[in-house]
Amino acid sequence: MTTARVVQALGDDVSTDVIYPGRYMATVLPTETPQFAFADLGAFHAQLKAGAVPAGSVIVAGKNFGCGSSREQAVSTLKGHELVIVASGFARIFLQNAVNLGLRLVEAPGAAASEGDELEIGPAEVVNRTTGRRYAVRPLPAARQAIVDAGGLIPYTRRRLLERAATR
Amino acid sequence: MGMTVVQKILARASGRNAVAVGDVVEPAVDLAMSHENAALVINQFLEVFRGTGREAAVWDPSRIAIVFDHRVPAESPKTATNQKKVREFVAANGIAKFHDIRGDRGGICHQILPENGYVRPGAVVVGTDSHTTSHGALGAFAFGIGATEMASVWTLGYAVNVEVPATIRVDVRGALPDLVEPKDLILHLVGKLGAAGATFRVLEFHGEAIRAMPTSGRLTLCNMSVEAGATAGIVPADAETLRYLRDEAGVRDAIEPVTPDPDATYERVVDVDASALAPQIACPHTVDNVRPVSEVAGKHVDQIVIGSCTNGRLDDLATAARILRGRTVAAGTRMLVFPASGRIYQEALAAGYVADLVRAGAVVMNAGCGPCLGVHEGALGDGEVALSTTNRNFKGRMGNPASEVYLCSPAVAAASAVSGTITDPRQGGAR
Repeated sequence: MTTARVVQALGDDVSTDVIYPGRYMATVLPTETPQFAFADLGAFHAQLKAGAVPAGSVIVAGKNFGCGSSREQAVSTLKGHELVIVASGFARIFLQNAVNLGLRLVEAPGAAASEGDELEIGPAEVVNRTTGRRYAVRPLPAARQAIVDAGGLIPYTRRRLLERAATR
Repeated sequence: MGMTVVQKILARASGRNAVAVGDVVEPAVDLAMSHENAALVINQFLEVFRGTGREAAVWDPSRIAIVFDHRVPAESPKTATNQKKVREFVAANGIAKFHDIRGDRGGICHQILPENGYVRPGAVVVGTDSHTTSHGALGAFAFGIGATEMASVWTLGYAVNVEVPATIRVDVRGALPDLVEPKDLILHLVGKLGAAGATFRVLEFHGEAIRAMPTSGRLTLCNMSVEAGATAGIVPADAETLRYLRDEAGVRDAIEPVTPDPDATYERVVDVDASALAPQIACPHTVDNVRPVSEVAGKHVDQIVIGSCTNGRLDDLATAARILRGRTVAAGTRMLVFPASGRIYQEALAAGYVADLVRAGAVVMNAGCGPCLGVHEGALGDGEVALSTTNRNFKGRMGNPASEVYLCSPAVAAASAVSGTITDPRQGGAR
């Protein structure tokens, strides 16, 4: 169970073009992508860039968060700020990229919150302590959870590589 | 129990007799494609091997394709340096399916793969690009992945932890009317299904209109399946697939089409009457905000774009040339054309389409992704409106969040270029 404050409330279909605009795609390294997070959302971008958003802060959104491009920068830029995304649903590639890189996503259909609300995020439900509303969490399928548990896809793949070498 | 095409492909690729929806499999990858983002894949790939005491080696260089298309020619020293790094990796690892910035064999990855015969029916194709769904047009199971997942594929040769997706069967009856194109069909479908309507699902296309559709149109359908959230779109291989692979892609070896079992289980069936379709348009700022063109006809357009992995093929340029031949692009409107590959550019030159378009006032650029994702070329000013045959219209997609992007077919784009306003090609501009 973690408690965190909502720093940004967004609607449905937040695209990777909004999270990480295409014009910054020449920047690829996870150490460098955080500077362009939500580059076209003036005030929020400025807060992130100024380091004014504490690690563990929450973005709440509607359905289909992360739709669009497969660009991994859209995940590494959020991971760099240690944000948590609570949404009604996620686009497939964004979800898989988040699992692979260790960005925390919480799928809670119908979850609603405003900026400044305090959320309690547990494995089974999200409680908006400001409004008192509760939302059930859909857990990750076991196959994806295994990658999260391994610490991401790089250590997971490294382990598989070494296991394969050992059996040959 | 019967299997869908994708179930059959995944069963074969993971060494099983059968798979069911929800099974977790690790399919062997037949082709792994990246573009400029190979720079990040290389970084993550080297990271996998770090500390293992093993030399970083890709599993099979013959199954890796790298195509420069997003920023060609390089728009910045940063991109040029990334491309240089990728070229060095390609040379060091013996990757032969590499398409550099060239007028003859370069182009957009989702055209380069089909036209070179790299994609076969029944194959498992992964690409670090969401529009990798395009290759379902040839009866392959093709889906987009991130750079780290590609590094994992380069290492292991298979995709880890793939859940067998449910399939939605799309039956398209009847024939598309003149000047109503495959793009109108997929825009209609995305509008009907919604932007997340097919998430974690496959769209499997059937029906008379699909059987009669050339591979170019099937590529458009499968390309934009991801705009309904789909993992993949797929057209089961048929006579047209074989014709394309033999006659246009020069494939000489055996081709084994994979078709669904008659008793395959579909999550649902979506029925569309192609003959009743009118030209469609996706309005700002989501791809599922789809209406008939007639509802927004007359709106001024500042920039027309024809091209991209969705609609930059010879048939698309032929349609545009047919409409623009002997006419001119309206004053106050700019028109940019991006052929999907160097080969298509040459074919369009030989057919006279390039001359028709240039004489009409269009600027014909080199093959590439161009303005589609706001990376370089064709930026929009504040408050400007673009009408484009590309695949996304999200806020800021073409680089300026203060602009608007509408999506349409090549026929609608060309007819609108003549009038300078959004135009139904059946009413104006066409002949």
